[in-house]
Amino acid sequence: MSDGEPLVRWQWIADHGAELADYTALHLRLGLLPVLFGLLVSVPLGILCHRRRRLYPPVLTVANILYSIPSLALFMVFVRYTGLTEQTVMIPLTLYTLSVLVPNVVDGLASVPEPVRLAATAMGFGTVRRVLQVELPIAVPVVIAGVRVAAVSSISLVAVGQLIGQGGLGYYITRGLQLDFPTPIVTAIVLIMLLALATDALLVLAQRLLTPWSRNRVTTA
Amino acid sequence: MIRFDAVSKKYPNGTTAVDEVTVELAEGAITILVGPSGCGKTTTLRMINRMVEPTAGTVSLRGRDIREVDAPELRRGIGYVIQHAGLFPHRTVLDNIATVPLLLGWGRKKARARAAELLELVGLPAEMAKRYPNQLSGGQQQRVGVARALGADPPVLLMDEPFSAVDPIVRAELQTEFARLQKELHKTIVFVTHDIDEAIRLGDRIAVFRDGGRLAQFDTPERLLSHPADDFVAGFVGQDRGIRRLSFVQAAGLPLRDGPVLPVTSPVTAARALDEPWVLVVDDARRPLGWTPVADLPESGTLADAALVPLGHTFSLVGDSARAALDSALLSPARLAVGVDADGAVVGVADAYELTAGAAPARRTDAAGSTVAADSAGGDR
Repeated sequence: MSDGEPLVRWQWIADHGAELADYTALHLRLGLLPVLFGLLVSVPLGILCHRRRRLYPPVLTVANILYSIPSLALFMVFVRYTGLTEQTVMIPLTLYTLSVLVPNVVDGLASVPEPVRLAATAMGFGTVRRVLQVELPIAVPVVIAGVRVAAVSSISLVAVGQLIGQGGLGYYITRGLQLDFPTPIVTAIVLIMLLALATDALLVLAQRLLTPWSRNRVTTA
Repeated sequence: MIRFDAVSKKYPNGTTAVDEVTVELAEGAITILVGPSGCGKTTTLRMINRMVEPTAGTVSLRGRDIREVDAPELRRGIGYVIQHAGLFPHRTVLDNIATVPLLLGWGRKKARARAAELLELVGLPAEMAKRYPNQLSGGQQQRVGVARALGADPPVLLMDEPFSAVDPIVRAELQTEFARLQKELHKTIVFVTHDIDEAIRLGDRIAVFRDGGRLAQFDTPERLLSHPADDFVAGFVGQDRGIRRLSFVQAAGLPLRDGPVLPVTSPVTAARALDEPWVLVVDDARRPLGWTPVADLPESGTLADAALVPLGHTFSLVGDSARAALDSALLSPARLAVGVDADGAVVGVADAYELTAGAAPARRTDAAGSTVAADSAGGDR
């Protein structure tokens, strides 16, 4: 960075307001759609692993191996199939969420107390109904804990996608580096952090609304 | 009624949970399955709603083999209560109780109206309807569990150690409440417990299981105490079964004598004249005030001046059992039980020997019945 250049030029931010907003929305989409897709895959996969315990170790191993592949390498693999598109970023990010979401779905289902499961069966719930109406709702707090971790890590990983031209706010980081101009870099980093924090806060709120029963522990009558 | 016909449950690893049980459980009565842990009583219970499938024999409900009925459908017609209530933590108390009606497709409004009724029936205030299970005490949760089992008014209720997880005071309360409910509802109830006292207190009939899932005896509580089929049952029923059996003998028939009883206005000389070590002092309505040791009486005056020792407790000739009478004798400083009438006035006294001698004839009459076959005890004898 050249001498005398301030860390943040506020005028630049004011000039680029609309563009920043567009990139923020794009970043959010690139970061959160993979979590949604990850959840759509993890819930059935987690239910399956919970019911067939023998499947769980191999599934978890595969998810962890996927997670250990550097994102850059994974992007390059998918470029061959999906080109320099948003999908090329979102597919690896979706795969990464599995290593957090699948275990949380399995743990969430395991958190259902045995008497509750037994009572549900004894009252005449069929298997599908029991899973949907009793077990999954009780698993929600644990699943959301996983979604929070997946969402925050996914939002910060999006920026790496800039290496194939799909990085959301990551665009400003490479741009700033090329121009030797710190303002866009700092702005992008702060915005990414704010996005992560806001998403996390919304998820906490969602959990409170979805599971009013998990609050107020014993008050005696 | 529920019928077990040579029912066995053997697991692939070779263990036998239930071994050739044949038994018929009467309609509208409470049948208790009792025995040491691992004796197959819970397995037996779960075979009634197909939570466990027998490997041999048939279970039938009102003459119909239960295997002919789709399991979830069968279960919706059978109430089920378990040890830790097993309430759904994510549903309010009201929605927990409405579970089975909702499964049966009653519609939300009708199911909730029914649930509100049941909440009242089990003695919980209406404002609990909107709470979640984790906001209730153990005893309250168990009441909700019972209400939930009664949801669709099933004729049959299965209860698996329903009162074992609460403290003794709450347990006694729940047992009393349960007995009251059953008087109103006349359900066919199958109740598993490992607690022989609970079995004797609540059961119309008791099935005692032994290790290996064999039925050791099926009988009324009274006959179980007076005529245990073998040493195992005698041992399981306990050392004090003779005393427990007195619970089934009415105090009203016990022989009482007048004894050393004097009104509080009597002179102390009258007390000495009785030539007894203790005198029971009563008020003008003959209600007992306390015992006084004659040796410690003042020189003169009336019994109002005497130092009184508390009674322990009296027993009522209306409603109490011979067991309460015997306890009263054992706790009395004079070793005499004090029998009172409905108004609390003293009717007479008796010592422990007189009481037990008085209770004995009852024992001889019930010995006239037949003794019990261990493996093939039928329901209606």
